[in-house]
Amino acid sequence: MIIETGHYALVLAFALSLVLSTIPLWGVVTRDPVLMGVARPAAFAMTGFAALSYLALTWAYVTSDFSVFNVLQNSHSTKPFMYRISGVWANHEGSMLLWVLILAVFAALIAWRGRHMPQRLLSGVLAVQGSVAAAFFLFILATSNPFSRVVPAPFEGEGLNPLLQDPGLAIHPPLLYLGYVGFSVAFSFAVGALIEGRIDAVWARFVRPWTLTAWIFLTLGISMGSYWAYYELGWGGWWFWDPVENASLMPWLAGTALLHSTIVMEKRDALKVWTILLSILTFSLSLMGTFLVRSGVLTSVHAFATDPTRGVFILMILIFFIGGSLALFAWRAQTLRQGGLFAPISREGGLVLNNLFLSAICATVFVGTLYPLALEAVTGWIDPTNPSKISVGPPFFNATFLPLAVPLLLAVPFGQALAWKRGDLLAVTQRLVFAGAAAVVITILTFAYTYGGPVAAPLGVGLGAWLILGSINDIVTRSWRSGATLSTVLARAAGLPRSAWGSAIAHAGLGVSCIGIAATVWGVERITALKPGEKTELAAYTVMLDGVFPRQGPDYRETVARLRIFSDGQEIGVIEPGRRVFAVRTMPTTEAGLMTVGLGQIYASVADIEPDGRVGLRIYWKPLVLLIWLGSVVMALGGALSLLDRRARVGAPVRARAPVPAPAE
Amino acid sequence: MIVTLALALMTGAAALAVLLPLSRKRAEDAPSAADADAVFYASQIADIERDIGRGLVDPAEAENARVEAARRLLAARRRAAPDAAMADGTFRRRVAAIIVLVGVPLVSLPLYLAVGRPDMPAQPLAARQQEAPEDMEFAQALAKIEKHLAANPDDGRGWEVVSPFYMQMGRFPDAVRGYSTAIRTLGETAQRLENLGEAQVAAADGIVTADARTVIERALAKDATLVKARFYRALAAEQDGRREAAVAYYSELLKDLPATIPLTSRIAETITRLGGTPPAAKGVPEGGAAIAALPEAQRQEAIRGMVEALDTRLGKDSTDIEGWLRLVRSYAVLNEPAKARDAYARGLSALAGDAAARGRLEALGRELGIGGS
Repeated sequence: MIIETGHYALVLAFALSLVLSTIPLWGVVTRDPVLMGVARPAAFAMTGFAALSYLALTWAYVTSDFSVFNVLQNSHSTKPFMYRISGVWANHEGSMLLWVLILAVFAALIAWRGRHMPQRLLSGVLAVQGSVAAAFFLFILATSNPFSRVVPAPFEGEGLNPLLQDPGLAIHPPLLYLGYVGFSVAFSFAVGALIEGRIDAVWARFVRPWTLTAWIFLTLGISMGSYWAYYELGWGGWWFWDPVENASLMPWLAGTALLHSTIVMEKRDALKVWTILLSILTFSLSLMGTFLVRSGVLTSVHAFATDPTRGVFILMILIFFIGGSLALFAWRAQTLRQGGLFAPISREGGLVLNNLFLSAICATVFVGTLYPLALEAVTGWIDPTNPSKISVGPPFFNATFLPLAVPLLLAVPFGQALAWKRGDLLAVTQRLVFAGAAAVVITILTFAYTYGGPVAAPLGVGLGAWLILGSINDIVTRSWRSGATLSTVLARAAGLPRSAWGSAIAHAGLGVSCIGIAATVWGVERITALKPGEKTELAAYTVMLDGVFPRQGPDYRETVARLRIFSDGQEIGVIEPGRRVFAVRTMPTTEAGLMTVGLGQIYASVADIEPDGRVGLRIYWKPLVLLIWLGSVVMALGGALSLLDRRARVGAPVRARAPVPAPAE
Repeated sequence: MIVTLALALMTGAAALAVLLPLSRKRAEDAPSAADADAVFYASQIADIERDIGRGLVDPAEAENARVEAARRLLAARRRAAPDAAMADGTFRRRVAAIIVLVGVPLVSLPLYLAVGRPDMPAQPLAARQQEAPEDMEFAQALAKIEKHLAANPDDGRGWEVVSPFYMQMGRFPDAVRGYSTAIRTLGETAQRLENLGEAQVAAADGIVTADARTVIERALAKDATLVKARFYRALAAEQDGRREAAVAYYSELLKDLPATIPLTSRIAETITRLGGTPPAAKGVPEGGAAIAALPEAQRQEAIRGMVEALDTRLGKDSTDIEGWLRLVRSYAVLNEPAKARDAYARGLSALAGDAAARGRLEALGRELGIGGS
């Protein structure tokens, strides 16, 4: 009963999304406030039914209802409770349901926060959001129904893919989806504005908090995914330029550009057409990411061709929304009033530069990700060295990404220091002299300290320091006036808008990540085979294999190698990397052993256990590696702080008339 | 009943959520674009004032910004035409209401009935285990055996017992592991090799892998009559594109299979698809299809001939129970009760040593009304 109720709720959510995408739009065209008034209740109702449906599926997982095919395929009665909850989205059907649920929740949030938005804009935005939701509800019902039933129901399920039975992966997809799907709001705002034919600074202010929210979640999601790959896949790397990773990086790059261009639009009423285009492109990249990951096209173009139903369906959605919105854009963009021109040396000029670089980087990643796919589709060529993963590989990205990213990062502190409208580059340079000098000194000191080591690392550390110092400089120059006492300066610093603090912290976070990435060059890797009792040297540490023993987990068997870590003859810790074999799917997974020393980590994974009792080990010393993810958390914190700014909460209009009772929701 | 009620209530709630706002006489007090502009620029000016108050901006710069914001506010006010008073929208709203009232159930109910299973209750595992003690016993027994095997991974007999259940449950890799262990610890037999081969094919989604083929060939080397192994050998040939070999293997297999097995028709189809001519399966007399095409009288004649051939083959003391059953039934169908009774008696005496077979024959006798008792 609960299952079928959930199934029907999904169907009703689809029906309501159709209502949401048509009736309010009719209202916009005919300027009928009553028809437009349908938008908010319809959005709430659609979201309610989508949530009901999602809860029903979760309930099926929690109670191990194996009459549901999706549960049968992806769950098991011995699975721990937490992974029953996360198991819902750890498979295709469930994750699509989560995707569309988040889309619906964003619609409901717009409806909730949008009471003070102009009604025509709100109705248009919700109608577009509703139509995206309708497409995905239909996709789920037609090709990926999570509520398919099995008769008779078996008594045991097939289990969750062991790679996914991990806390990191349990929370990674929802974060990523909140980011991906969050950009749908910017898209809906863009298309809504194009339909209405009116776009201005007010629009930018309404859309900015949503873009920022999506950006925060996407930042955390990518970071979490990277950390998961780092410790679960056992290769010791944290970014592989894998198409799946690139699929999330592209919307992030475009979204970061969008974030900055909306500021220009809000402040200066300029860059309108570009911002609208960027909103469309960002969500298009999100959709494309969904297509890449969900269609099976990444496993192989040929795998996609053998069962194309899902892929073709998403492709149609992709073509409809991207093509449709771009056509609308081409048709309506000229009617948008252009904003004022501005000087190249100014805050807005700097932000345009930022947008140029970010778009170029995004385009590079786009080409690097899709070119091999296109090549395979056309010629059937598959990289013989790496047939399972289609990618042009890290060399391409390192050669194209870095030359674009480094100048951008070098320019960031200048942009932060420039004034709106007319900036004075000379004055800015003077103000940045201290930060620049300090960054150079840090570079030289690091170089001297690690003399003989790789040159790239000190340069990267210097770049990171430059970003952090530039952000500190930004806060200091804003609050410091010559002759002011320390307490006044502090009071002024505290009085700075939260968005100023937010952007300073986010940019500093970028610097922190930058240092962490640069420090990977100093990493030490040891691939060795040890017998119990044998030792190996790893940078300043000694690693000794204590023994190998089996261990029994809730639903897996594990072979653990116990490693003792010594520093200067003192034992500082024990790590236990292992290989797990899950009872249900006899698929081995590696569990890395990690020990955090300061901000660095000693990382060990078991490659194999040889017949003579020797254990093949990969051991790494990764100095400062935690900074990579810490930096992204700092960036997200900066974003969150900026979101809390008074200006991000669009003020309620002072109502002249007595408020009418709120409609029942 | 409860399900129907729930579906109805949900449909009603969905439609109502949209119909209520449509039925309102006047729109909710929604802000217009001009309102939003006014609020926005007023707040922008207020921000500038605040910044001046804190001394965060240069006064001249602030004045510039304030003037610009004010200018844009005025421009926005000019631009925003007052939302034209609506011509009577009652008709339009009624149409919208009807679309919703009809459309929501019209979309959702047929769609749900096409994809949903309203008759099917939820089946949480815990509840089912209480209700189905037999299955519960099975699950418990399996869990017990698995625990035992985890502790004694070299217990080949245990693996041999549990592996067929793995096959039934679709846990093919486990079945492969089980049969391999059984072979490793108990030794190779044709039967074990055949089972292992089948499990390997199932684990590979129906592809006869190189490993599976080796195992199957080994099984056939020990016993060339194995049916499953011969089937997989034919399938391997088919998957390799060795068409003629596949046809030969399938045909040879088909000749030995009783026609009553559903698989025979599939094998025959496969042979036809591969361009061969399927031979008749065992039990369907030569040219069975041809007989079916004959006119009624001739067909009776042909069938009679075949039944007599069977009678001759069985003679007096054959122990082929299936043959006796078929013979007795055939005579009954041909409406020759005397011959049926005769065959029945001969069969009973021939099967004197086999109580189970006798039982089956006697049951048929009772069914046909020719039994002695």
